[in-house]
Amino acid sequence: MERDDLIKDNEYALSAHHSEEEGSAVRSKVVKVTIILSLLTFVEVCMGVWLSDRGAFTWQMVKWGFIIMTAIKAGLIVMEFMHLGHEKKALKWLVLAPYIGFILYLAFICLTEATYIFTVGGGN
Amino acid sequence: MSEDKTEISSKEAWGGGVSPVKTSYGKQMMWFFLVSDALTFGALLTALGFMKHKFEDVWPLCEDVFYHFPGTHTHLPLMYVALMTFILIVSSVTMVMAVEAGHRLDKNGVIKWLAATVVGGLIFLGSQAWEWDTFIRGNEAQSTAFILPSDNENVAHVRFADDHHIFNESGEINPVELAIEAINSGEATLELANRTTVSNSDAIKFLKNNAEQVQGANMKKNEYGLPLYANFFFCITGFHGFHVFSGVLFNLIILVQVMKGTYDKRGHFEMIEKTGLYWHFIDLVWVFVFTFFYLI
Repeated sequence: MERDDLIKDNEYALSAHHSEEEGSAVRSKVVKVTIILSLLTFVEVCMGVWLSDRGAFTWQMVKWGFIIMTAIKAGLIVMEFMHLGHEKKALKWLVLAPYIGFILYLAFICLTEATYIFTVGGGN
Repeated sequence: MSEDKTEISSKEAWGGGVSPVKTSYGKQMMWFFLVSDALTFGALLTALGFMKHKFEDVWPLCEDVFYHFPGTHTHLPLMYVALMTFILIVSSVTMVMAVEAGHRLDKNGVIKWLAATVVGGLIFLGSQAWEWDTFIRGNEAQSTAFILPSDNENVAHVRFADDHHIFNESGEINPVELAIEAINSGEATLELANRTTVSNSDAIKFLKNNAEQVQGANMKKNEYGLPLYANFFFCITGFHGFHVFSGVLFNLIILVQVMKGTYDKRGHFEMIEKTGLYWHFIDLVWVFVFTFFYLI
């Protein structure tokens, strides 16, 4: 395969150029995303430290809260920082669909089986 | 950002020479590599989830393991890890800025932000080295953790009512004797791995039955709990740390190339985007490690 990025007039790479105004729009968006990511991390740590001894039900809810916040953080990083949200739809789903489908299945099956092993007392 | 709106016929797109997803070959391949790398990390974290569920009652809580902060002796659970997360997020941001500067063909901007990214990566690596060091040596000068053969080789902790540690005073007396003494005098209690506190007579029975003090961590045993806990810690944060290390290396190479003017000649800074994708991926993985190893 020919290295198309070494060609001086590579149209895909050149189409990624932008002007000064577009640049400042990108930068202000990046700052916003950064603030959200930092705040979510801060909230997660606070929940982990102060809500870990409030009983099983609360902890279960906190865990789901962690997973939702992690999904939001991951989404922001992939869609904004890695720019996948602004790529062609085809590329976006080429990356996301197989991965999300497979990993959700893997997590589901492993956790279900592990919980079963714990319940029947194979853990210890 | 300027979306190319011109339609291409499918014949042209698939016949060669035109990318149907409107990105260069290199960028597409970086995405596919990242998907495969993400599967590896996904497998590691899923395996961790499996073991956490299997040993639900005795898996150590990370708040009880990671509570040190360099330069202080205060109990600050998870704060250092949170700081590391923040450092990595910030270095991801400087990378976005480098890519953005590249889009404006602003060479000096790229150099400035890429150098900042390298520094951020090095700070993260240093933090991780400190964390490993603390984990391997053990949190306190003398550990109050004992492996109990009569409790399935699980690790029990002597907990002091007033937070002080008798074991600090002498290395000559058998630590098991010190623990029994502390429990007898009512200064401390014994907490089993499943987080239940046993009666004093049971505690002494457990300790007298070949209990062994354990300090710090290695691959076979550790003072925090199950051997698997330390194994997963070393494996997952180590594999991630290796990615950070190679990421810093890539960024350094690209930084030198930018300085030499390689991308000016090429007319575009797409290479920054490609290493940028890898660098953001490292941040992305850490977000998951932080949640699934440290928090949950």
